[in-house]
Amino acid sequence: MIDREQVLHVARLARLELTEDEVARMSAELSDVLGHIEKIGELDLDGVPPTTHVVEVSNALRPDEIEPSLPCEVALANAPAVAGGGFLVPSPQADADPS
Amino acid sequence: MTTSRDTSSDITLLSAAAAVDAIERGELSAGELFEAYRAAAAGDELNAYLWVADEAPAPAGQDAPLRGVPLAVKDLFCTEGVPSQAGSKILEGYRPPYTATVVAKLAAAGAPLLGKTNQDEFAMGSSNENSAFGPVLNPWDRARVPGGSSGGSAAAVAAGSAPWALGTDTGGSIRQPAALCGIVGLKPTYGTVSRYGMIAFASSLDQAGPLTRDVTDAALLLKQMVGHDNRDSTSIGFPGEIELPRSGSLKGIRLGVPEELSGAGVGIEGGVLDAFNATLKLAESLGATVETCHLPHAPHALSAYYVLAPAEASSNLARYDGVRYGRRVENGGLVGMYTKTRSEGFGREVKRRIMLGTYSLSSGYYDAYYGRAQRVRTKIADDFRTAFAEFDFVVTPTAPSVAFELGAKTSDPMSMYVNDYCTVPMSLAGIPAISIPNGLSDGLPTGFQLCGPAFSENRMLEAAYALEQATGFEATGARIHA
Repeated sequence: MIDREQVLHVARLARLELTEDEVARMSAELSDVLGHIEKIGELDLDGVPPTTHVVEVSNALRPDEIEPSLPCEVALANAPAVAGGGFLVPSPQADADPS
Repeated sequence: MTTSRDTSSDITLLSAAAAVDAIERGELSAGELFEAYRAAAAGDELNAYLWVADEAPAPAGQDAPLRGVPLAVKDLFCTEGVPSQAGSKILEGYRPPYTATVVAKLAAAGAPLLGKTNQDEFAMGSSNENSAFGPVLNPWDRARVPGGSSGGSAAAVAAGSAPWALGTDTGGSIRQPAALCGIVGLKPTYGTVSRYGMIAFASSLDQAGPLTRDVTDAALLLKQMVGHDNRDSTSIGFPGEIELPRSGSLKGIRLGVPEELSGAGVGIEGGVLDAFNATLKLAESLGATVETCHLPHAPHALSAYYVLAPAEASSNLARYDGVRYGRRVENGGLVGMYTKTRSEGFGREVKRRIMLGTYSLSSGYYDAYYGRAQRVRTKIADDFRTAFAEFDFVVTPTAPSVAFELGAKTSDPMSMYVNDYCTVPMSLAGIPAISIPNGLSDGLPTGFQLCGPAFSENRMLEAAYALEQATGFEATGARIHA
């Protein structure tokens, strides 16, 4: 069961702002889904190694050679705001609650 | 121009492979074919397309192996200068500065871009109802969903507005819509096709694959898709080449039918199960052996998937913050802007999965959810390894039901998630799987899924081809309804 407080905590971690309706719905829906997921708690998994990736590729390296990359103005072309060859963002100091 | 459908002169009725041959023999012009499909895509009434090309790009050379037969591409493949929004409002106006490796490879092989197809937002969904641009309609019955998340690609191929299409499959997003639209869908072995330029959902699971009218077309397209890519550090490539299926023999092939995914009490619809069992009988009559097998951990695959995929998604989707591309909603300072942008830009299902993933990765819950799910993933891959010691392929119905009505499952996330029950285990194990049309149930298509060990694509295509020849299902049937 995920209560209102946990929903608000997770939403804050995920940088999502939920309406009161969304909080209530999220609490019910996540609780339902997690109720099903919790069945994996019944399995005996002692000593079973975790799989992060099905493919055994470790440290895929290439020679450290300079290759052509996107020109700066092309990389910035989709940005909502730019200045001085970089992405322009609002000031963190303007946040009411900067956490 | 005649308005009735004249099958003798409608060039869009040719399979892609037949069109390639006709162009090669000089009986058909690539330009004429492109224009026929462009007109069909522009006139699409199923909401399958989000963007359609104005004109054919400069011919990639009539000598290229795919001869100019055009390709529909799921929206989430980055395509230079072309809207690529992954079905999301948060990427509004995004025109990527580069093209996904697989799209570039196919264009170079002679399959020019016809259009971008509708999809569930960020590939999260099994019905295409989670697109920010409205649902796609199933050409067999417009009151029903086409499946998802590659629903636009599947509907376009089934309705004949594309000869073939690219999709992506994370937990069934190629195979399930292929089944619900009566076409072929193939998810390759993880790592065979580059993920570079594919807008990511869950990186350890995402894999691109073909949606086609028949098995030969799937092989023909896949042949040009595979290959190692330096720009995807999890890329492996394919050992050898993909070959076009020819023999059509099932003699001596051992098919395992996992009780856990197709037995009584699993929740497969009666008509779907009947069609599946009829095909098993047919396979036996063609010389295959059919026996029950076991994947003891498969019933837990859905749970593991709905921990792992949202966890990876919550991390991958952190990039949508209004800084580098897409939508920005100003709201005080930096964190305010992030939060407002994400809250207004993401749809309901995407928010749900971000929340689920963030929760299962958060302090205090990581071991109970994420850590356990990774161990279940190991057990599922082990189950398949054990099965493949005895069987050539494991076979199941692709989806538990035929296409359901629009809106039927949108209010209950769990009822939507169980659509992936038979397709998720293979995704977690990273193995290849194909869904082929398997006849109708109540007038709607069902799918038959075969999966094999990693890199068994060529053998799998041969077996699928043999079944296809025997069942004699015509994927063009959807056009009667479309």
